Amino acid sequence: MIVKDDIKKIAELAMIEIKDDDIDKFSMQFNEILDYMKEMDTLDLSNQEAAFHITEMKNVFREDTVHNSLDNDTATLNAPEESEGFFKVPKVI
Amino acid sequence: MLYKKTLRELLDLIDKREITPKDVYSSVLNRIKQKENKINAYVCVFDEFEENKVKGILSSLPVAVKDNMHIKGKKTTCSSKILKNYTAIFDATVVEKLKHAGASFIGKTNLDEFAMGSSTETSYFGTTHNPWDLTKIPGGSSGGSAAAVAGGEAVCAIGSDTGGSIRQPASLCGVVGLKPTYGRVSRYGLVAFASSLDQIGPITKNVEDAAILLNIIGGKDSRDSTSSNIEMDDFTKYLNSDISGLKIGVYDKVLPDCSADVQQSMENSIKIFKNLGCEVKSVDLPNAKYAVSDYYIIAPAEASSNLERYDGIKYGFRIDNYENLKDMYIKTRSRGFGEEVKRRIMLGTYVLSSGYYDAYYLKAQKLRGLIKQDFDNVFAGVDVLIAPTTPTEAFGIGEKADNPLQMYLSDIFTIPANLSAVPAISIPNGISKNSLPLGLQIMANTFREDNIFKCASAFEKEFNILDKLPLD
Repeated sequence: MIVKDDIKKIAELAMIEIKDDDIDKFSMQFNEILDYMKEMDTLDLSNQEAAFHITEMKNVFREDTVHNSLDNDTATLNAPEESEGFFKVPKVI
Repeated sequence: MLYKKTLRELLDLIDKREITPKDVYSSVLNRIKQKENKINAYVCVFDEFEENKVKGILSSLPVAVKDNMHIKGKKTTCSSKILKNYTAIFDATVVEKLKHAGASFIGKTNLDEFAMGSSTETSYFGTTHNPWDLTKIPGGSSGGSAAAVAGGEAVCAIGSDTGGSIRQPASLCGVVGLKPTYGRVSRYGLVAFASSLDQIGPITKNVEDAAILLNIIGGKDSRDSTSSNIEMDDFTKYLNSDISGLKIGVYDKVLPDCSADVQQSMENSIKIFKNLGCEVKSVDLPNAKYAVSDYYIIAPAEASSNLERYDGIKYGFRIDNYENLKDMYIKTRSRGFGEEVKRRIMLGTYVLSSGYYDAYYLKAQKLRGLIKQDFDNVFAGVDVLIAPTTPTEAFGIGEKADNPLQMYLSDIFTIPANLSAVPAISIPNGISKNSLPLGLQIMANTFREDNIFKCASAFEKEFNILDKLPLD
């Protein structure tokens, strides 16, 4: 059971703010989804391997060659703030 | 009336020099002008015809592209506020391949925000309406692409499918939608949602058009290391095959959960396959019933990581007033993302967080392996597997908007193919009592799209709704 404080903690980890007015609705929907997922508890998965890769491909290698990439002006084209081809960020310290 | 025709028919007319690609473009654009205020299939329409000088098979015919794939110089919004002003700085591989095949482009189609949804209702740019009945959802997340093709606002379109986002809207709009095998089509330039599940594919009026487009967009791409080097085939050669003797498995355990219309349509399709000489038998995927739980752990987990990049620094929306860097991140993301995207990021963050990883994420990955084994077992005995694409016809706009779990459950038949990487198509399977289209899903083993095209094309010849599409 997820409570309000859990929602606040998860939101902080995810860098998202949930308004106080929305927290109750959000917790209810969250719990409904997690309750549904309890159906998985009936499965015995102790001997099952995790399928982190669903295809049979392994270790895809390529030659480490130099090739053209984006130039600074293109890379910063969509930046909210840029200066001389660099991303401008808010003060960090 | 060129907008009513299929891609194949238009290509033939161009070959015979009876029409020009610009005629097609004008016809489709005119149709968009008539219908778009009611359907809202597009985020952005390109109203200038740009002829493609490359002499390729597509002869400058216009393709519509879901707005989560990049066309250089055009906007890619993902139907999100956070990317509403983003201009693509490179072409997605599928777009590059379409350009090399001579395509032109007519616009970017609407989707659920970041492809997270089953109804196109979570788009920042408003809901797309189903052209069969404007009070119904078109499905999602590629609802714009499916509605555009069904309503004559596009000759053909490209969509993406993470848990059914091509097949479910294709089914609910009465058109054809193919999710190829994971790895068949490069994902480079598709804005990532859940990278181990995302796959790009065509949405078309008929099966032949889907084969033509898959021939173009498929193949190995060094920029997507998960794209497979299994050689591409000419899939049009499997159209019009004799399918007598084809072994078809029916996933009939799910039928009691479907509407009466869907049950009847499945009975009808089984009859058709038997008449065509196929060997039809009942098969089971014992763990597929857990697919929704599995998916809503794995997909949000991957999404929470993929969507970390929206930080108001590199691109996209940034909030104006903030106290410090962290405050800027939080406010930018909170105002930039819609409710469903926030919910999935939070769900993903939760299942990956310390103390819950084993209980959710690890368990889900193990379950994914079990579901994949179910498919392996089934395909050891049959060539294709059929099931309904959706449990019901299209539901009403707003009907499930406040109930995320009910919305998630509408993808219960499409999700298993993404979890197990197998290819799957949805083709029209008749019309319900309420005059809404239904879909038949055909799945095959990985990289066996040939079997899908054989089966889908033979079925379509016996039974289709092409003359009933809402094109008037």
